Amino acid sequence: MNIVQILFWFLSVVALFGALMVISSKSPVHSVLWLIVTFFSISGHYILLNAQFLAIVNIIVYAGAIMVLFLFVIMLMNLNKETEPRKNRWLKMAGAVAGGALLLVLVAALKDSDLKQQEALVKTGNIGLIEELGKQLFSTYVVPFEISSILFLSAMVGAVVIGKKD
Amino acid sequence: MALTNRSIQVDRKPMTWLESIYLWNIVKGMAITFSHLFKRRPTISYPEQTRSFSKVFRGLHVLNRDEEGRERCTACGLCAVACPAEAITMEAAERLPGEEGLYREEKYAARYEINMLRCIFCGLCEEACPKDAIYLSQTFAPANYGRSGFIYKKNDLLIPNPLTEPEAYQKALGEKASKN
Amino acid sequence: MYLLTMDWWLVLEKAILVAFIVTISLVIAMYTTYAERKVAAWLQDRRGPNRAGPFGLFQPLADGGKLFFKEEIIPVSSSRFLFILGPSLAMITALLTSAVIPWGGHLHLFNRDVSLQIADVNIGILYIFGVVSLGVYGIMIGGWASNNKFSLLAAIRGASQMISYELAMGLALIAVLMLTGSLQMSRIVGSQVEGSNYWNVILQPVGFIVFFVCALAECNRTPFDLAEAENELNFGYHQEYSSMKLGFYLFAEYINMFISSAVMSTLYFGGYDILPFVDETKWGLDPNLLSILGFAALMAKTFFFLFVFIWIRWTIPRFRYDQLMNLGWKRLIPLALVNMLITAALILWLKK
Repeated sequence: MNIVQILFWFLSVVALFGALMVISSKSPVHSVLWLIVTFFSISGHYILLNAQFLAIVNIIVYAGAIMVLFLFVIMLMNLNKETEPRKNRWLKMAGAVAGGALLLVLVAALKDSDLKQQEALVKTGNIGLIEELGKQLFSTYVVPFEISSILFLSAMVGAVVIGKKD
Repeated sequence: MALTNRSIQVDRKPMTWLESIYLWNIVKGMAITFSHLFKRRPTISYPEQTRSFSKVFRGLHVLNRDEEGRERCTACGLCAVACPAEAITMEAAERLPGEEGLYREEKYAARYEINMLRCIFCGLCEEACPKDAIYLSQTFAPANYGRSGFIYKKNDLLIPNPLTEPEAYQKALGEKASKN
Repeated sequence: MYLLTMDWWLVLEKAILVAFIVTISLVIAMYTTYAERKVAAWLQDRRGPNRAGPFGLFQPLADGGKLFFKEEIIPVSSSRFLFILGPSLAMITALLTSAVIPWGGHLHLFNRDVSLQIADVNIGILYIFGVVSLGVYGIMIGGWASNNKFSLLAAIRGASQMISYELAMGLALIAVLMLTGSLQMSRIVGSQVEGSNYWNVILQPVGFIVFFVCALAECNRTPFDLAEAENELNFGYHQEYSSMKLGFYLFAEYINMFISSAVMSTLYFGGYDILPFVDETKWGLDPNLLSILGFAALMAKTFFFLFVFIWIRWTIPRFRYDQLMNLGWKRLIPLALVNMLITAALILWLKK
């Protein structure tokens, strides 16, 4: 077992444990903090794949900005155990069923794809480096890239419209 | 009506473009503070250096002695009466035979206290004293941890004996030596 | 994984370098507190600390000793683990940033070329951004865990300020990256050292001003120190802290100042380049000596920026919060965007 494998297993355990703690911890603030831990271990995986750009962008955007906004809201709402709303039992059941169905879809999708034969490009892959990524984004994937940017623009315009007072 | 000609009308013109981006004014402000780097500093590092007081400075009280080292005070109480802050208390006693070297007159102050927290250093006690027994020196009362430390007893106020410790006497006399 | 299959000499070399850089940042942060008080005094016609040691040079040690020996108070109603995590995170993120800054050229020692940069990663400057954006958590977690309204408000203010200004900072940076064509810190410096020998500030004056203002806001320095606005929020997000945990917060601020000064010198003022428009290799000096001189030049630039930080702090009054947000979103971001577009257009035009 070389050092990359050790790191892989370690990061996987941390990511899964963090994800479990996100849904099982009582305090919402702790949930968010565990989610940040999960993001970090996923960034670690990106680094193992030599996708440094993806790793750091994951940290900057998700851990550095989006999670901070989550924390904002949760801290300002001051959610405690006492103020937690009583959830309907049927709602819980429905949630479990929906989650289970999603898991089923994911497992089915992954089972049919031929990922098994492919090797992860540890060390050699350079798709995650910024030059390669830029070239790919602006040649092969230029249409989805532009469409997603229009999506973001419309979201921004929508936010401004909602944020306007009158 | 203008009392002085120094008052300036407040300028309420809208800001010009150059002012509205603030940068120029920030640079001006920074230049002002920078110029202060080269100004002379008026600070005096106190225990090592002391500021010289004026000749008429009214500081801590001193109970004076005459040339033979006898206390001048006769406990007449005029200083206590003159004191507007009522900071002075005293108790008189009669001089016993054999104490002529200590006290100049037949009556002397057995107890003499000045409360420095009440004293306003106006110098009226000095004016009132018929015997030139009390005057205000050119030092000031140092800080203390307790209130009781600010009630100066006779021992704290008496000037050193000119016969036994002449240097300390001269030093305590300060620049008011000409008065005697 | 090429980062992990390294020979042990390299590990030793890097370990020494890390220890050296961390020590230097700590010592400089310590003496920045001293410089802050001294410069503040000078700007106000005072003398500043001059009792502890010659010229008061031991004052930082005395301050540190005071912080160490103070009673450590953890509020009962705080969440204990997060309360301790806050200052630790602030300190860790402050120190982590120094890893990708090229502190000098190469030293040739014991038949080895020793690079004076801890890690020359492909994403260089983005790494700094990532770590700085994590610095928000130190403030937020600390402020929330204190279980105090003032701390919480200050933490939220600080965090939203840092996030807002990170955008303008990134946009200002993109112009530099377009000039260099790389995110690698060593390449950014290299493009200023070699060739035409321009420092980036000559090509990017507007970008530099935007970056500088954002750096002030990122470090929570006046005029943007709303996170610790003492007249409205008592003491800001570290109000409940005492002893060395408070010291960590204050210290992290000074380390951040030092690092952002170093980053600004690296990005805009040629890093370890000694003089602009001059090819230093033609001086015929020993390359080792030249590297050390380069390190000294970088330090000199950094100290100059530290002085400017302090100078600004004792000149400009604090912004109001809406002014801060207006400046960030309505002035700096459009300015940086226009700067970026013009730079891109010029680069494309000149390349044709």
